Amino acid sequence: MMRRTDVLVIGAGPAGIAAATAAAKHGCSTIVLDDNVAAGGQIWRGGIESARSKDDSAKTKAIATLRSSGAEILAGRQVVDQPAPGVLRAVITTADGTRAESFAWDRLILATGARERFLPFPGWTLPGVFGAGGLQALVKGGFSVEGKRVVVAGSGPLLLAVAAHLQEYGAKVVTIAEQAPLRQLLPFAASLLRSSSKKLLQGARYRALLARTPYSTGCWPVAAEGDVSVRAVRLTNGRRVWSEPCDLLACGFHLVPNTELAALLGCKLRDDFVEVNAQQQTSIGNVFCAGEPTGIAGLEAALVQGEIAGMVAAGAAQEASKLYSRRDSEKAFGRKLESAFRLRPELSSLAAPDTIVCRCEDVLFSQLQEHPSWTDAKLQTRCGMGPCQGRICGSAVQTLFNWRATSVRPPLFPVPLEVFDNEEISISPETIVH
Amino acid sequence: MPERSTIAIHVNGHTVVVPAGSVVSAALLAVGEPCRMAVSGEPRTAFCGMGICFECRAVIDGVAHQRTCQMLCREGMSVETQR
Repeated sequence: MMRRTDVLVIGAGPAGIAAATAAAKHGCSTIVLDDNVAAGGQIWRGGIESARSKDDSAKTKAIATLRSSGAEILAGRQVVDQPAPGVLRAVITTADGTRAESFAWDRLILATGARERFLPFPGWTLPGVFGAGGLQALVKGGFSVEGKRVVVAGSGPLLLAVAAHLQEYGAKVVTIAEQAPLRQLLPFAASLLRSSSKKLLQGARYRALLARTPYSTGCWPVAAEGDVSVRAVRLTNGRRVWSEPCDLLACGFHLVPNTELAALLGCKLRDDFVEVNAQQQTSIGNVFCAGEPTGIAGLEAALVQGEIAGMVAAGAAQEASKLYSRRDSEKAFGRKLESAFRLRPELSSLAAPDTIVCRCEDVLFSQLQEHPSWTDAKLQTRCGMGPCQGRICGSAVQTLFNWRATSVRPPLFPVPLEVFDNEEISISPETIVH
Repeated sequence: MPERSTIAIHVNGHTVVVPAGSVVSAALLAVGEPCRMAVSGEPRTAFCGMGICFECRAVIDGVAHQRTCQMLCREGMSVETQR
């Protein structure tokens, strides 16, 4: 099946929603593809609400505006490759099986968002250990944390949001451990106070919700302990180590961008991010990028970048230029985030020799140490060659060994071969699921 | 017909009732069943919650390698730990 559209948007998080809405409002036929069950991305993820949680009016309004704009949202689609220039192929799995759909586009907007950075430490593969945003997503997906003791650890503003959210769902958040030292966070906090932004209000709301929960800066996890599942987390502040009993650990170290599709298409990356000009245009003229893949800067940045990308893609560049100053100030916020939540060097030495680094292939830290590069390690150990294709261990080995991914190959996600029955496609053998 | 408020699925042969709108990973977590057994034999459960890490893959209605965090429970669905 092949469909044709003026504008194709990949990702229905805030950036993709804003982009698709703007493009459709300016008269373009617009299709949005998203891997998740419904539109919203991770920050506006839908699901089962708690009785205590408040309706997010910004999210409700944005999704309603998108729906009334005429753009078509197709959820549950994983974009896997570019079978021909100007065509992207996605797969969808339903009760009837997995099938492929292709989309021919004139302008493409990449709004592929970010994922959490995970760093290996002893015990991080134990049941009961989750990503921070990961646990929040699963709770929205119906996992009950009522009455459970949760340690929230790692880094980034997401930790506070997750902790507040888990508490709304009845969890007892034992402690929040932020690795960044206070002196590194203070300039960021001061800049929030000087602004009159929504961010300050949001931060104040989280703080009020978490009034009785300790928030420790300069504090990080060194191990998760337990036999069948996590029972305690060992935390340190660099001077002493203590054990915090818990039922669940939610741990993520800020965010890393999803740039695999941009890299596959040949868009230029700089310092791990997709390079864009003032019009959100990538190094490929009719391919735009908005939101976290251009620099981790949060919700407001994603919305304004998406709107600019959508307008420019629809030929309304003049109108889009009115948004540049707002976009630039959000970009500046992103740079403050980056320096505030910079990782401390101790985090690259948490793994013990027998700590698993690649969760797909169970490759240990000690097996990786002897290799000079990721390519070499991959060939010798299969690190990064399982189904996640290095999405998790890639950012870990970058922190641990300063190794970087060298190439991205299709399909971007494992695909059952029968999907491509009667279709010609080149697939690298190691990414086929047997 | 009113919408169902709960859904019954089968996890490793046991019937599990979950709120409608639950993802399959949540049902596995609720009953403490692993999604998959790792290469080294360790049990693994959902981790990233957003379809990236593939730790949550399990066998759904006989089809292996399904990401259970990105899949809603359907009435009567069969879910088995991937070994």
